[in-house]
Amino acid sequence: MSARWPEVPQDFPKAAKVTLQDEQLRANLGHATTAIRAKRGGVVAEVDDWEDLRDEGAAARDRALRALDERLVELEANVQAAGGVVHWAPDKAAAQRIVVDLVAATGSDEVIKVKSLLTDELELNPALADAGIEAHETDLAELIVQLGGDRQSHILVPAIHRNRREIRDIFREHLPGAGDVSDDPAALAEAARRHLRETFLRVPVAISGANAAVAATGTVAVVESEGNGRMCLTLPRTLITVMGIEKVLETWEDLGTILRLLPRSSTGERMNPYTSLWTGVTPGDGPEEFHLVLVDAGRTNALADPVGRDALRCIRCSACLNVCPVYERTGGQAYESIYPGPIGAILTPQLQGLDTAPTLPWASSLCGACYEVCPVKIDIPKILVHLRGRVTAETDASGKGHHAGVERLAMRSVARVMDSRPAYEAAQRAGRLGLSLLQHGNGRPGRLPGLKGWTASRDLPPPEPSFRSWWREREATGGAPSVGGASPVERPAAVGGAGAAGSVPLEVVVHPPGGRPGVVGGPGVVGRPGGAPTDPTRTAGDDA
Amino acid sequence: MGTRASLLITCLVDTLFPDVGRASVAVLERVGVAVDVPMEQTCCGQMHQNAGHPADATRLMRRTIAAFADAEVVVSPSPSCAAQVVAHYPHLAERTGDAGLLREARDLAARTRDLSTYLVEDLGVEDVGAPAFPHTVTYHPTCHGLRLLGIADRPQRLLRHVPGIDLRDLPDAATCCGFGGTFAVTNADVSTAMMDDKLAAVTSTGAEVLSAADSSCLMHMGGGLQHRHSTVRPLHYAEILAGVRDDDARRSAPTLEVTR
Repeated sequence: MSARWPEVPQDFPKAAKVTLQDEQLRANLGHATTAIRAKRGGVVAEVDDWEDLRDEGAAARDRALRALDERLVELEANVQAAGGVVHWAPDKAAAQRIVVDLVAATGSDEVIKVKSLLTDELELNPALADAGIEAHETDLAELIVQLGGDRQSHILVPAIHRNRREIRDIFREHLPGAGDVSDDPAALAEAARRHLRETFLRVPVAISGANAAVAATGTVAVVESEGNGRMCLTLPRTLITVMGIEKVLETWEDLGTILRLLPRSSTGERMNPYTSLWTGVTPGDGPEEFHLVLVDAGRTNALADPVGRDALRCIRCSACLNVCPVYERTGGQAYESIYPGPIGAILTPQLQGLDTAPTLPWASSLCGACYEVCPVKIDIPKILVHLRGRVTAETDASGKGHHAGVERLAMRSVARVMDSRPAYEAAQRAGRLGLSLLQHGNGRPGRLPGLKGWTASRDLPPPEPSFRSWWREREATGGAPSVGGASPVERPAAVGGAGAAGSVPLEVVVHPPGGRPGVVGGPGVVGRPGGAPTDPTRTAGDDA
Repeated sequence: MGTRASLLITCLVDTLFPDVGRASVAVLERVGVAVDVPMEQTCCGQMHQNAGHPADATRLMRRTIAAFADAEVVVSPSPSCAAQVVAHYPHLAERTGDAGLLREARDLAARTRDLSTYLVEDLGVEDVGAPAFPHTVTYHPTCHGLRLLGIADRPQRLLRHVPGIDLRDLPDAATCCGFGGTFAVTNADVSTAMMDDKLAAVTSTGAEVLSAADSSCLMHMGGGLQHRHSTVRPLHYAEILAGVRDDDARRSAPTLEVTR
């Protein structure tokens, strides 16, 4: 049984602090994401019109989402016309109840499962277990997670945090018939295959997710690499597919667009090995009974947010995880949700409610690498910033929460200062004074008590007279330098002329060690850290 | 002559990195641009926006728009702050529902560039006549310039024309250094882990100087280098283009100090 996610609310910085200590995890992740990034880069570069394809993908998803109510009713009608049964689940509890009842009605106390994020989001396995039904994960990585009593850490490769030696140990301990299997990937796969084959032939009920469904035809799609999903979708008597309502597409052509984007973005393959498409039931071919459970669970709420709704375009490729420098270092479990990484940071708070995941919108440096690779062009940084605004607005209103109190007051007062030139200039002078005093105190620049998170691993620059004070004096003397007697920069007649070295005064006076202990600290402190210790345009004696 | 540019100096450069501002002025004037610095500018509001305070950010956007109302071209040494104006001001203005503000925001966005884009694209200059800089340099392309402004390799193109420079490729150059504004404080551990990897990449090049276009990211990486007693020196590329004294760039001992 897979471990459950911890109780909300999530605290990303705290969870990340723990996972960052795991050097094996970081090595495993670094290795895996580097490999998959390179693969993706290669196959994407082959497609000349990749950017157009991304636009088409975004448009296809938006078309369906903008008329979601109509598309879903159309899908329902077409699935039922083809002999399937459609169920509607407004939330997690309803989805659990519907699926448990459907399995119970078959009389089976076992189900086989196709890898499905939604069923994990809905915590379906624990709900089935509570009803005495055992769920067998058949995706290799999901099986590793399930056998290890672990939690998923990646959308596509849930056991990406494990290396093959760790997987060998999990199999030896928990996989029936694994014996003393080696850590050779082929041997590990063979051990899993032998175990799963027997299960496929025995269990009469399967549960799957869905990558997409075509409203116009009632066709449901599952893409995968292993073929174990195909086994589940074709062998059992009863198939129960659980699908988020946002996964619907308008037309077959739109599905074609998504199927071109997904494998290249996801596994870095031109095409995924297995694409299973089915429409209702076909007598004598595949399951005799097909149930489609359409789940909302927060999606309608997300759709109501004009900025946040773009997150619903997501086709779960995981390209954003693989390029994210935060994800690569923390791993997926730090996000404490089935949806980790950049997409998780915008999806989880919207699906679960902002109050349950108040730190996730901040789990990003806003570097934008995620947006660059997203096959359906979700502007993840923009949504992160938008959600930050929603979290702070809620804490402003309630006076409680992660970003209330001191931080809010500080931000507001900084804004007030910045909105007044005299206040800003006074603060510049006061800030320099404050830093100078600190330096005198301990001989090392910038150990500010209020900035512990910063100064634990970085020093702050020492104070300097502001740029504007220099500029103001220069202007006052008609463009000439205020001090030092020579123009800080001579203006050459020609652009890019030769001999320009002579056009910049570079005279700098260098003191011997220990010259001014008040400014230079202990060993290793070389001028100011964030820029030149010298000013190329400053002459000796300036500001002295 | 006749070319004028107004400097969006940014609060960080103005307050903590005045050398970068002076270097920007030096380079612009050397290529024949008349520079002015609207003194009513303070902060572009990026910090407030990214920390989730759009109302405060909007307030500072209005101020910045007013400060640069008469500017023909707005040039900033910081691609990140230029990106705030170019990429984010229109969104911020849109959210207020104020059509006049939106028009002004779009207008300012269209007039704003980072220094490298202004030099390379607007002026068509790659050789700015920099003095010799016979040192090994590795360049980190900061994220907002790369992904929000699309400045590509313009700073490196400018640096390649500096006589004597040995510009070395930075492994995984396009990976974020971990600064991210308040991210460095709200997620300090993750930020530091990202910085550690970036600094390891920097060190692996053997370069004497780490250059970049954003003083904020350089402050982060430079602070980390100093904390680790590294001899690698952080320098904004404009400082190299303006000219930095040899002794200074070559310096490896931590015992020298400049007269103020």
